[in-house]
Amino acid sequence: MEISFRHDVDQVLKDAKAQQQPVLLDFSAAPM
Amino acid sequence: MWPDQRIVRFVNENFLPARVHVKNDAPAFKRYSERYQSPWTPTILVLDPDGVEQHRIEGFLPADDLLAQVMLGRARMAFQRQHWAEAERRFREIADKLPETDAAPEALYWAGVAPYKATGDPKSLKETAQAFTTRFQNSPWAKKASVWR
Repeated sequence: MEISFRHDVDQVLKDAKAQQQPVLLDFSAAPM
Repeated sequence: MWPDQRIVRFVNENFLPARVHVKNDAPAFKRYSERYQSPWTPTILVLDPDGVEQHRIEGFLPADDLLAQVMLGRARMAFQRQHWAEAERRFREIADKLPETDAAPEALYWAGVAPYKATGDPKSLKETAQAFTTRFQNSPWAKKASVWR
């Protein structure tokens, strides 16, 4: 199982506000 | 890399997870690193539903410490939203289940504050100060709690 990271941060922030959910924002340099 | 399934489960169950990559998504990385003044990797921010930073984790951490820090961020959010019972439960879970981590003493401290904020009764502060005489005695949080004895 993996973390379901999304990359459209603007939309994530909009969804968080609408759903009243917290966001975990990862600034990463890890190999992908 | 997020190889620990405890972390994966906790993040998926408690957050909307988002990632900006320094190379693969450079424009977004620049934009959000400037917005949140976060130029280094790895950095993890816990944001409230309004996008306001509530907790920051900078640099690599071993799995237990990373899990504890992510849990601490979630607990701090409950505290900020004045969900006192939830905050206490979340803080206490860190102190009890991950006692070897750097986050544990801080979690114990705030686990004592949350019920005080709910009731105004200083009993929980005294109990917390007493608990610090047998746990995490050398942590900065033990010093901070010592005034409650």
